[in-house]
Amino acid sequence: MLKLLDGPQTLGRGKIFWSCFLAVLAGALIYPLFADSYDVGNFAYFLIWIFMALGLCLMWGYGGMLSFGQTFFFGIAGYGYGVLAINMGGGTATVAALVLSVVIAMIAAGILGYFMIWGGISGIFFGIVTLSATLVLAFFLGQTAGPEWHIGPARLNGFNGMKGMDPLTVGSFDIEGSALYYLMIALIVIVYIALRMLVNSSVGNVIVATRENPQRAEMLGYDVRKYQLLTFVIGSGLAGLSGALYTSWGQFITPSSIGLPAAAMPIVWVAFSGRNDLTATLVGSFLLLFGFQTITVYSQQAALVLMGVLLLATVMLAPQGFVLGIGKLVVDWWTRRRRRDEGPALADTGRLQSDET
Amino acid sequence: MALVDVRGVSKRFGGLTAVSDVDLTVNAGEVHCLIGPNGAGKSTLFKLIVGLYPPTSGSILFDSTDITTERPFARVQRGMSIKMQAPSVFKELPVRQNIQIALQERLSGAECAAEEERLLTLLNLAEDSGKLAGALSHGQQQWLEIGMALALQPQLLLLDEPTAGMSPEETYKTGELIKSFNAEGMTVLVVEHDMAFVRQVAQRVTVLHLGKIFARGSLEAILEDEKVAEIYLGKTHAH
Repeated sequence: MLKLLDGPQTLGRGKIFWSCFLAVLAGALIYPLFADSYDVGNFAYFLIWIFMALGLCLMWGYGGMLSFGQTFFFGIAGYGYGVLAINMGGGTATVAALVLSVVIAMIAAGILGYFMIWGGISGIFFGIVTLSATLVLAFFLGQTAGPEWHIGPARLNGFNGMKGMDPLTVGSFDIEGSALYYLMIALIVIVYIALRMLVNSSVGNVIVATRENPQRAEMLGYDVRKYQLLTFVIGSGLAGLSGALYTSWGQFITPSSIGLPAAAMPIVWVAFSGRNDLTATLVGSFLLLFGFQTITVYSQQAALVLMGVLLLATVMLAPQGFVLGIGKLVVDWWTRRRRRDEGPALADTGRLQSDET
Repeated sequence: MALVDVRGVSKRFGGLTAVSDVDLTVNAGEVHCLIGPNGAGKSTLFKLIVGLYPPTSGSILFDSTDITTERPFARVQRGMSIKMQAPSVFKELPVRQNIQIALQERLSGAECAAEEERLLTLLNLAEDSGKLAGALSHGQQQWLEIGMALALQPQLLLLDEPTAGMSPEETYKTGELIKSFNAEGMTVLVVEHDMAFVRQVAQRVTVLHLGKIFARGSLEAILEDEKVAEIYLGKTHAH
């Protein structure tokens, strides 16, 4: 099982990579001890969005399906959490509301994905249909301001946003601040490790093969539609997890977190980071979210323009993604250095002598 | 015993009839070649058999089971294996991973690794196993795709112009490889232009012309058929 962590589908591997991973994780774990609660809360907020980025990375980078529907499933699970948490009465039931809202998002992904994939929709049309679904949901929720739009005591409230739900709670303990931050760290580690194992498994092999050449994959006996649907459901479910956690974090959600500008954000994060690698997506998305939030404090318009510029720069200068490109450069440099350093030693052991004779 | 039984199959694309009321039987254990000039409908018939096109009419049986409406993956799961005309490999993945993907449904662990090595050596790709498949030469990509098809250990191997882009030596070696697998009991259906290759491997031949069966029989009978020789093969090939 553990060898799946270091398979061919992921860039970082070996002792050095995992040592760095543990060092970063240790740093993340002790961070709340040195930071004030405002910064810890902000970090928890950035981390909420990482699941959505990792889900898109799986679908787009590994599965070849560019989905503009991440905020569609974010919205379904976000509103789902609100409706369920309010109707179930808060408290520990919020944990069930979180799980159920993610399951609802995955079921929605299963239904939408089934009709798209079995209907033969692929390539750019996949993006168009998922974007259409996203915009329909955003417009629909935008016109639910009237009192008739409610599910039990939970009012959807149109552009004013849905509110009144409890945060994640276990017993009488609200998971907020540092507790939420640690929950985010734990979930990210679990999701990241699970996705690494998935893409390096035999299932991951078929997912990548389907991206490369679906006809050839089918002619090796794989029903590629099932693998595409599985990828879509997992990736969309992760967007749902982001949505449910977001609503739990802010106890508030509006249609603007689903609409076009929001829907474009995950594309920018993943494209900039490097869609073909989970680690690059994880690191790059966090950096972009941090930068975006920092700039937003001064000017939201400037932050949006910067995102657009970054997307253009990625497409024109580094189609594989900046973070992934830098990562590959570091790996190449390290490999060359190791070869150079080990050269004399290898010669001493006779491994290069055969070349000279 | 018929492994593949094509019964009255036709395929129309708008006003064009590419394949018209074709009956074709491929017996278990034989190497059957499908030949004919350009536009004869060979590749269309091949795609009908593998399931890439649905027939307009007629039926296709594999091992006595009607597979007419089945998708390609289901036909492969029944025991077919397919190599397309143009090299169809996973170009952005390493050669070894291409073979792994073909093997992983049948084998795992040490058995899979051993079979990987055997196939890579057999195909002269062991030294290039770490390269991206897209970086291989055209001929090597053809070999790789044949290797992926063989990795499935099929009952029926379907090859559409398997030697296109190969040197004469590589073509001959491919023929010998096909004969060796046929000797072990594998049935092979080949669509091919190269008559030297057809001579090397064919046990029975079907000639297609304008979407219809023009002639069929043993290789010797086809080569002696004056009409086939004059119209399709050229007299120099026939004698």
